Amino acid sequence: MSYVYLYALLGVSLFVLGLNALIVHAHLLRKILAVNVMSTGVFLVLVALSSRNEEVLPDPVPHAMVITGIVVSVSATALALILMLKVNRATGKNELPDRGRD
Amino acid sequence: MELILGDVPWIVVLIILPLTGGMACFLFPAISKSLGLLTSLAVVACVWGLGWQLEEEGAQRYAIGGWGAPLGIDLYADGLSLLMLVVAALVGLGISVYSCGYFSPDKANHFWPLWLFLCGALNALFLSSDIFNLYVTLELLGLTAVALVALADGAEALTSAMRYLLISLLGSLFYLLGVAFLYHSFGSLDIAILAQRAEPSPAVWAAVGLISTGLLLKTALFPMHFWLPAAHACAPTPVSALLSALVVKASFYILLRMWLEIFPMVGTSFAQLLGLLGAAAVLWGGIQALRQTRLKLLIAYSTVSQLGYLFLAFPLGTSLAWKGALYMLLSHAMAKAAMFMAAGNILVLGGHDRIAELSSITQRLPLTLTAFTLAGISIMGLPPSGGFIAKWLLLQASIESGQWWWGIILILGGLLAAAYVFKVIGHVFTQDEPTRQAGTLPTTMEWSALVLALVAVLLGLFTSWPLAIMEIGSPFGTGHSG
Amino acid sequence: MERSRWLLPLLLMLCLGLGYTVLSMPEPVEGLPEMLVDNMEVAGVSNPVTAVLLNFRGYDTLLEMGVLLVALLGVWSLGGIPDYRESSPGLVLDIMSRQLVPVLILVAGYLLWVGADAPGGAFQAGSLLGAAGVLLLLCGWRIGNRCSGLPLRFLLILGLGMFVVAGTGLLLIGGEFLQYPSPVARELILMIEAAATLSIGATLAAMFLGSLPGGADK
Repeated sequence: MSYVYLYALLGVSLFVLGLNALIVHAHLLRKILAVNVMSTGVFLVLVALSSRNEEVLPDPVPHAMVITGIVVSVSATALALILMLKVNRATGKNELPDRGRD
Repeated sequence: MELILGDVPWIVVLIILPLTGGMACFLFPAISKSLGLLTSLAVVACVWGLGWQLEEEGAQRYAIGGWGAPLGIDLYADGLSLLMLVVAALVGLGISVYSCGYFSPDKANHFWPLWLFLCGALNALFLSSDIFNLYVTLELLGLTAVALVALADGAEALTSAMRYLLISLLGSLFYLLGVAFLYHSFGSLDIAILAQRAEPSPAVWAAVGLISTGLLLKTALFPMHFWLPAAHACAPTPVSALLSALVVKASFYILLRMWLEIFPMVGTSFAQLLGLLGAAAVLWGGIQALRQTRLKLLIAYSTVSQLGYLFLAFPLGTSLAWKGALYMLLSHAMAKAAMFMAAGNILVLGGHDRIAELSSITQRLPLTLTAFTLAGISIMGLPPSGGFIAKWLLLQASIESGQWWWGIILILGGLLAAAYVFKVIGHVFTQDEPTRQAGTLPTTMEWSALVLALVAVLLGLFTSWPLAIMEIGSPFGTGHSG
Repeated sequence: MERSRWLLPLLLMLCLGLGYTVLSMPEPVEGLPEMLVDNMEVAGVSNPVTAVLLNFRGYDTLLEMGVLLVALLGVWSLGGIPDYRESSPGLVLDIMSRQLVPVLILVAGYLLWVGADAPGGAFQAGSLLGAAGVLLLLCGWRIGNRCSGLPLRFLLILGLGMFVVAGTGLLLIGGEFLQYPSPVARELILMIEAAATLSIGATLAAMFLGSLPGGADK
């Protein structure tokens, strides 16, 4: 058992923590941050598991996937933030109306 | 001529073309309308070219960069992808024609590039054979869809766009974690290679769970449908049409691909669960649709209901059942796009879509009314229509595999659909004083709705062609076909 | 509150299940890394991550430039924040950005160049450029009206456009889409990366600004 698995487990925990925050918190900024925490968790799993075998160099493919993922997540966050501001502007609240949320 | 056509890699052109069109629209907003229409037409032509190639040579694999899987990314086209491409191209053309008259110049500048990028994302998604590449296309699709929903003004549209964005991101992350597990277990991202290597293990089960959850969230299967009605009803009409007709089907397509190729899950209790959720969606969506007082919301709930049918094929798992589900997908895409367009026409001319007060508006829109009724026939599943053929295939499959109870759902769903369609039509035909409101409608907006609705009905008469497309490359395996 | 009673156990179970999966995961029998090593000589660059991003899986990166552009289109279509008031930057920010921006641009150029053989590359360089842009915007700098139309839009699509043009060009001269001929692979990759860097930097800064430059002034 190496440190690699520690990081991977940390990634999984971040994913679940983010999911929890996404469900529990109503404030949109927290929801957006929660999604970002979740994606960080996924990236950590991807990268950590790529160096399981200590004798060879880490697999670069997951690294490339993570870079792609980061750019996607930055783009999505930018859109989400401006949308949040717009929602605030239109409704005066930083929350989604409760309708439909189970 | 044949030589040239045969050599062109249509599979790549189908992806680059809409992206280039989108960039061109972004650079030159002044001519974006003509660029958009031209691109949509060209996409239809390219799909035709690809279809011709597939018919001649069978399923196609294209290695981008010449590397080939697992090192590079492969594109793969078979009957299943071709069918989805045909749907996207035809509905896309209809939506493009409709949008020409719909948007104000200011909104149009934003609409056209986004719409063409969405079109490119759809084509890329249907052609990809790489699970991480599918993630990127999903995100491209999701972000464009959210931006398009937010084009409608108003608090309701913005909040539904926000919720849609969060759900879309959540679904993508579940999917991506599943991809991570699959890659780290089997060392490849290519679907075909994974199909060879995958064997039952905790990692595969976790991946099945994560990927399915993520994609079901995006497909809005009951009970994860809560975000769909508001998003689809509040969006601008062309966007409602393309969300209901195409975007939700994209995540369904990925799920179907994975189930058919990677996860050997047919016949398990998980498949039964999907079937049950599908059945619940058919009934719940139908009941909710019946309770709506606004036309666009009614149509959106009808989408929830119709999506349920697609999942009835999972517990059956025969080639006949898959064909039925795909036929449902095909005819629903046409009919639902037509229905939303008809509702949009009513909304534009009358300024509201309250069902109880429709008659005064619709009397001035005979073509739109015809389109709505024809689309309704397919949604209800009355013969002759695409919806009828789809239900017939599913019914046959359910009886053949001894699970007749799914057939009852089909019939109940049809009755509910009939109830909500007639609820609208009933209000339309009550005699009311026609109000004298000013305003005219571009004829393209009425005709595009009518043509799509006609296609949905004609699908009930010309069945051999779509069924032959599905056979190319036998995506459902050679197993027990009906 | 009602919800938290079942939510927590459910999430704990999910966490445990996923954790168990991670620990029990077998190592792939045939991994990609060996295959990558075999192909590195013809990839054109010696940094394996850049080789994957720009060459082996360049198509992913192409679509990803599309994602970035689409997000900006979405931000612009929302029309920015109407009464966004700019405060004066203050002395510290003003002087600091004067010092920092040139350094950022220089480091971005370095990262772009070094990315071919060592950690670095278009995204890192692009985000530095974006940071420089954000600093400038914070100081109250705005792009001139003359450049806010077509030139700016051209800059924004440069990354995606270069990818598509290069890919299609290679297709036309007889190769596959995005198949770089080995002798010029390095040059092609650097060219695409340079274009992508500029686009990423411009897009990030434009996202920060939020509204369509030039359009908001009306």
